[in-house]
Amino acid sequence: MANILEVTNLIKTFGGLTAVKNVSLDVPEGSISAIIGPNGAGKTTFFNLLTGIYKADSGRINFAGRSLLGLRPDQVCKAGVSRTFQNIRLFPGMTALENVMVGMHPRLKVDMLMAIFGFGGFGKQEDHVRGKSSDLLRFVGLGGKGDEVSRNLPYGDQRRLEIARALASDPKLILLDEPTAGMNPQESEAAMQLFRRIRDEKGVTVVLIEHDMKVVMGISEYISVLDYGEKIAAGSPADIRANPRVVEAYLGRRAAEEGAKA
Amino acid sequence: MATMKAKTTNSGGLFAFLQNPLYAGIFIAVYILLSLGILMGLDRASTIFPLLSMIFFPPFVLAPFVVLASGLNNRVKLAIIAIQMLILLPLLGIFDSAYLELAIQICIFAGLALGLNIVVGFAGLLDLGYIAFFAVGAYIWAMFTSPIETVFTINNWTVSANWFYGFVFLGVLASGIAGILLGLPVLRLRGDYLAIVTLGFGEIIRIVANNLGSPTNITNGSQGLDTVSRPSADFLHPVVEFFERVLNQPVANVEPLAYQLLFYFIAIVMIVVIIIIARRLENSPIGRAWTAIREDETAAIAMGVPLTRMKLMAFASGAAFAGALGALYAAKQTFVSPESFSLIQSISILAMVIVGGLGGIRGVLLGGVVVTLLNLLVLKNLSLQINAWKNVDAVIPGWFIILFAVIIGLALLYFAWRAIQTAVKRNEGWTSYIIPGIMALLGVYIAISSFGAQDFPIANWPSQLEPARYERLVFGVLLVLMMIFRPGGLLPEPRRKMEMADAKAEQKAVAPAAGD
Repeated sequence: MANILEVTNLIKTFGGLTAVKNVSLDVPEGSISAIIGPNGAGKTTFFNLLTGIYKADSGRINFAGRSLLGLRPDQVCKAGVSRTFQNIRLFPGMTALENVMVGMHPRLKVDMLMAIFGFGGFGKQEDHVRGKSSDLLRFVGLGGKGDEVSRNLPYGDQRRLEIARALASDPKLILLDEPTAGMNPQESEAAMQLFRRIRDEKGVTVVLIEHDMKVVMGISEYISVLDYGEKIAAGSPADIRANPRVVEAYLGRRAAEEGAKA
Repeated sequence: MATMKAKTTNSGGLFAFLQNPLYAGIFIAVYILLSLGILMGLDRASTIFPLLSMIFFPPFVLAPFVVLASGLNNRVKLAIIAIQMLILLPLLGIFDSAYLELAIQICIFAGLALGLNIVVGFAGLLDLGYIAFFAVGAYIWAMFTSPIETVFTINNWTVSANWFYGFVFLGVLASGIAGILLGLPVLRLRGDYLAIVTLGFGEIIRIVANNLGSPTNITNGSQGLDTVSRPSADFLHPVVEFFERVLNQPVANVEPLAYQLLFYFIAIVMIVVIIIIARRLENSPIGRAWTAIREDETAAIAMGVPLTRMKLMAFASGAAFAGALGALYAAKQTFVSPESFSLIQSISILAMVIVGGLGGIRGVLLGGVVVTLLNLLVLKNLSLQINAWKNVDAVIPGWFIILFAVIIGLALLYFAWRAIQTAVKRNEGWTSYIIPGIMALLGVYIAISSFGAQDFPIANWPSQLEPARYERLVFGVLLVLMMIFRPGGLLPEPRRKMEMADAKAEQKAVAPAAGD
């Protein structure tokens, strides 16, 4: 399988702090991968670098044959990388449907004269936007909730809506930042189903940042581990479980040594 | 669905009554014709004419909003509004041209409010220098047609007056470009920073206009450009004569009235075009992107909304409206000077947007009408009224002064009493009683000190207290009251209305917990 995303020697420093140290990471096309690591390990910073919210100090990001380095977030989105946020960032006053419709923006012809005079297939495009957004809401299990104002949706629905909005731009790669945070086991289970369906039915490669080990081990095919901004391990779930450096990063050195003895 | 819900929550008695098309039709017909009849029946020689016209004109111009709130079929609504705006109002305007003048001003300011609403309401970019774009449109037309300036009009050659309609588009273009020029440097700024830079931009345009009088005379400096051309209104002469015959008036003043009528019709066309464009933009990917930017800039850009482009579009389209209206304004006044484009004008347009309800088109229109009426009719007519009373040596009777003072005193006592009651209920400390105490003492003092008041001749009314001088005070008080009682504006946009409702519900949910 070809790699859809190849990150090489990515570095980002904030003042004296190196948030991302020389991270290299490959994501095979059509896979579900996870990035894990203790709090403050630089996972979200890594996502922000990929999506252009932060500018990398050095390194390369190649996505589907082109470099994402130096692109603005909207250009990255247009190139086919979409994301959700760790702390949900919906457009709170807009309805669920409108949120998804905004997500389709990079795939639309946005022309002021077209909007004012209604020519150039404007009406057709609007119908398409509506239809596709409703389909996406159904896909994530929010069918019939399109007219709810998004801030009034329950927490789990807001997470789903954010995913629908991210899918609206027809991404090839979707980055999910702690998508099951704050969910109970049943909700996590349903979310995992959804992630699989995103890959299987939409053909979108999924990368998630996750703390819930049940989710991570349950669905990811590849796992990368970050600690203090460095990639300390990568491999299949079984490899990662057995890797002493990972155990050390999570539980501390003594626990790791005891685990090795036992 | 969401909009429906938000609307029905506000249904008062009259609103429910208007939902029946039959009752609504009868009510609206009676309402419009009655208000028109009263206005036409007022005796212009009467001493209290300014007061009466101040009371009865607003209901007439506000009738379209009643029509829109009714349950009539959309086409019927449009037909009623068209009849009122295109036939009845011009009729009233020919009867008394002051109303026509007022209607033109209302259209211009309501149009400006709609334009500013695109920038502030839709995209959430606070612009305190909006009047500058209006100035650009006005100066474009004035510079090319006023013989006073010497660059574009050489040897008394000026652009033909009938090019006005072309220059409206030129004004749109020039203001749109000015909007982009302002937008480019301020794109990275948000909130307060953006506001202060746009404020600066507005002042720069005004000061430039003030100083381009020498060495080459482009704007004639602070004296302004006069004898600006007006497009021909000859074709409206028969219309004016017809209206005058209908009114059984002597056929007179045909030319000035035809000009006024022409500008009124142009203003109506402009405002209709602006409403249509604003609505279309709102319901397009552009409008949704603007809302997204307003709600969460970071999320919007991550979802592929190009911030730079969308913000420039907001600035340019908002400014373009102002450019068209500016050209109209210059032609109507036949005079343009920097004074007309001061900061207070920008503020008052912003006040219209906020009073009406940020983001909603109908609300902003209402805000524009109400604030302009307040500015140009209510305050002005109160001043006129006082002067009229001065001229006839009217007196305010002593008993009236006493009555008024007692009512004010009782009102103050009542509010003080209520404040004290809540303070007692909440078990607050002694500091909470200071203000109610002062209020109560003040109330008693006002009431008692008025006893034995003499008749007050209005001729002694100090000129410093003329209501027309209170413009800014009234704005200030109005905005403060709005923020207290209707923070979403007179007609809040449904979306924002729900935000307000949520905020209130949250407050209520928190308040009992805090009280314990």
